[in-house]
Amino acid sequence: MNRPLEGLLVLEFCQFLAGPSAGLKLADLGARVIKIERPNTGDACRQLSIKNLFVDEDSLLFHTINRNKESYTADLKNPEDLKRLKKLISKADVMTHNFRPGVMEKIGLDYANVQNINPKIVYGVVTGYGSEGPWKNKPGQDLLVQAVSGLTFLSGVDIDGPVPFGLSVSDIMCGNHLVQGIMAALIKRAKTNKSVLVEVSLLESILDVQFEVLTTYLNDGGKLPDRSGAKGSAHAYLSAPYGMYETKDGYIAMAMGNLPNICSIINCDIADLYVEAGSAFENRDQLIVRLSETFKRENTKTWVNLLEDRGIWCAEVLNYQTATTLDAYKILDIEQNLDLGGGKQIKTTVSPIRLDNEKLFAARPAPKLGLNTPDINKEFELEIHT
Amino acid sequence: MLPLEDYLVIDFSQFLSGPSASLRLADLGARVIKIERLGVGDICRTLYTSNLIMNGESSVFHAINRNKESFEVDLKKEEYCEMVRELLKKADVMIHNFRPGVMERLGFDYPSVAALNSKIVYGEISGYGTEGEWKNKPGQDLLLQSVTGLTSLTGNADSGPVAMGLSIVDMLAGAHLAQGLLACLYRKAIKNEGGFVQISMMESAYDFQFETITTFMNDGGCLPERSQKNNANAYLGAPYGIYQTENGYLALAMGSIPQLGNLLGCEKLEDYIELSEAFDKRDEIKTILAEHLLSATTEKWLSILEPADIWCADVLNWNALMAHDGFKVLKMIQKVEMVDGYKYETTRCPIRIDGELLTSSKGSPKLGQDNEKIIKEFITQNTIANA
Repeated sequence: MNRPLEGLLVLEFCQFLAGPSAGLKLADLGARVIKIERPNTGDACRQLSIKNLFVDEDSLLFHTINRNKESYTADLKNPEDLKRLKKLISKADVMTHNFRPGVMEKIGLDYANVQNINPKIVYGVVTGYGSEGPWKNKPGQDLLVQAVSGLTFLSGVDIDGPVPFGLSVSDIMCGNHLVQGIMAALIKRAKTNKSVLVEVSLLESILDVQFEVLTTYLNDGGKLPDRSGAKGSAHAYLSAPYGMYETKDGYIAMAMGNLPNICSIINCDIADLYVEAGSAFENRDQLIVRLSETFKRENTKTWVNLLEDRGIWCAEVLNYQTATTLDAYKILDIEQNLDLGGGKQIKTTVSPIRLDNEKLFAARPAPKLGLNTPDINKEFELEIHT
Repeated sequence: MLPLEDYLVIDFSQFLSGPSASLRLADLGARVIKIERLGVGDICRTLYTSNLIMNGESSVFHAINRNKESFEVDLKKEEYCEMVRELLKKADVMIHNFRPGVMERLGFDYPSVAALNSKIVYGEISGYGTEGEWKNKPGQDLLLQSVTGLTSLTGNADSGPVAMGLSIVDMLAGAHLAQGLLACLYRKAIKNEGGFVQISMMESAYDFQFETITTFMNDGGCLPERSQKNNANAYLGAPYGIYQTENGYLALAMGSIPQLGNLLGCEKLEDYIELSEAFDKRDEIKTILAEHLLSATTEKWLSILEPADIWCADVLNWNALMAHDGFKVLKMIQKVEMVDGYKYETTRCPIRIDGELLTSSKGSPKLGQDNEKIIKEFITQNTIANA
């Protein structure tokens, strides 16, 4: 199939998650992505494992984020390597990095210098907190960015204190924003034939994720989010019944809906708590507690069948084991197998974007450190003859 | 020059997922026209959160739909459909997030629109794809979080399922749609071809979880286990988490346990010498750490840990964040104005291009405010005469 970014060469100087997740998206959309890695160690993510899971010498995590890419090793402090890299950069369409402010300037691969090497480059930069101000040198680490952004006061219940999202949401959203910026820049370059600089930061990205509730805050006299005290509540700004409720055998999720109607279906008396539409907000916590008592009486399936039949938006709460057996999960082709050779396989996800009626399968496994160095040297004539 | 200058986007979508994608395209320079139902408009106009109504409409609508125009139409009437078709002939992008089948009935499904304009880039978002028994289920954020296992990652071991307290799946689907559309617009710029982009919230939710679900797939199907206390990631060991202090909270990302014990003056931690203990004994370690960190202020702990290069941070709410120079320097807030002069504050696009912030002072549109202008500009006299 005709992938939109076919023919584009991307050099990825990024490590960990934010930048490399953007590289993965570009690769799945058809670009050729070469990771530029330090000799001997490479992307630090190669050694960063979760649950100590490794495949050959690299972590499963690294394999997940870096499939469908090539690896080229170069020491940025070695003048000969740097010379090779400059030649490679002169042939590239895009380069990305996530070094802290000042590092690329020292090496001489900052945007101003790279423009001289390649006046048509799209240059993408990821930072933690932008390139100015008192936080610019702080480590761009997901949990810390969540912590300073106010995000931790949106989940869970009020007595929990701050509750972070249980995934690297700042990294992932920042990677998504970098991809958007890079492709917009490529469109611009197609018109102007000139280089473009794209900058994103974890903090700006996690603030963008909060844009709805921040807009409410900014125009509501600076009122802070008021999470419910009742277990299961799912959104500080939404009224009852929005949340998840324990049943006899599991949990049911209830989206927004007409409360009196729902309560009459499940036979829950809220007459004392619900006197007008505004009560769903004002008495949210008590209403959630009241609903919880009722939902405990039956199995989840019983409730879901009863409510769905009447057009109420609800769902069973699933874990990975139950979720991955759903027909919807199978029909959507969420998984692909990466063949590592020697009988080894890894299962992982496919790009979430479907183009021209096809899924963007790309099952090439992540590269071993420096795997493609010799071929790339040959292809781009990077051997230095002295 | 903004990257998408001169691009025209026709957006039929409602609520958050699709409209968040068109907001991004608008901030990147495209002209976005919302196609809204006569008399009602995007349902999000009346979807109130926290009862905050601004200038007659929900705060959320204003956040999502600034920098756009509104064209109010009745798609059950042929003359309006004809006007929309004329718009689509001139458009670069079309977006919708109706349930499967709706656009087919209205005659604005991809084959029909591609017949009008073969170069159009057409994007759609569904909840669960366009096939199978779940295709007609509502694509609602909390329900998507619930059926994809996402609610088993946040909170502590005994919290039960905990939702991420934002419409995160909607936003991810919007981000992925914007990516697919931009990729096709690039291809259009190079090869002059149209394209068809489909996103489902379910696939977007799993893409978000690609690290954890890949772990699940290759680890014999073990479920994520959140720590008993101070959980911030089910798959990471101590100290990863947020801890209460004497006067607030402290977020701790990494650090060897004995080193932390040494720096913080907590002897008990110095016994956890084995690297693997940080994960295997994380509940024990976190309990000791949580108790110890209560004994001094956040400032005190930061003053010890930061110079030692331990990754840590204060935990701020929005008041504290916005008072901080680290936030102010980003110039993240912009003021926008609606056609009737109503002004409000909101955040800007998080991407910078060529060192510039992508801001726009244009507020959200009143329902149908641009009908006259759009008709004058795009619709031929013939169609108007028939209307």
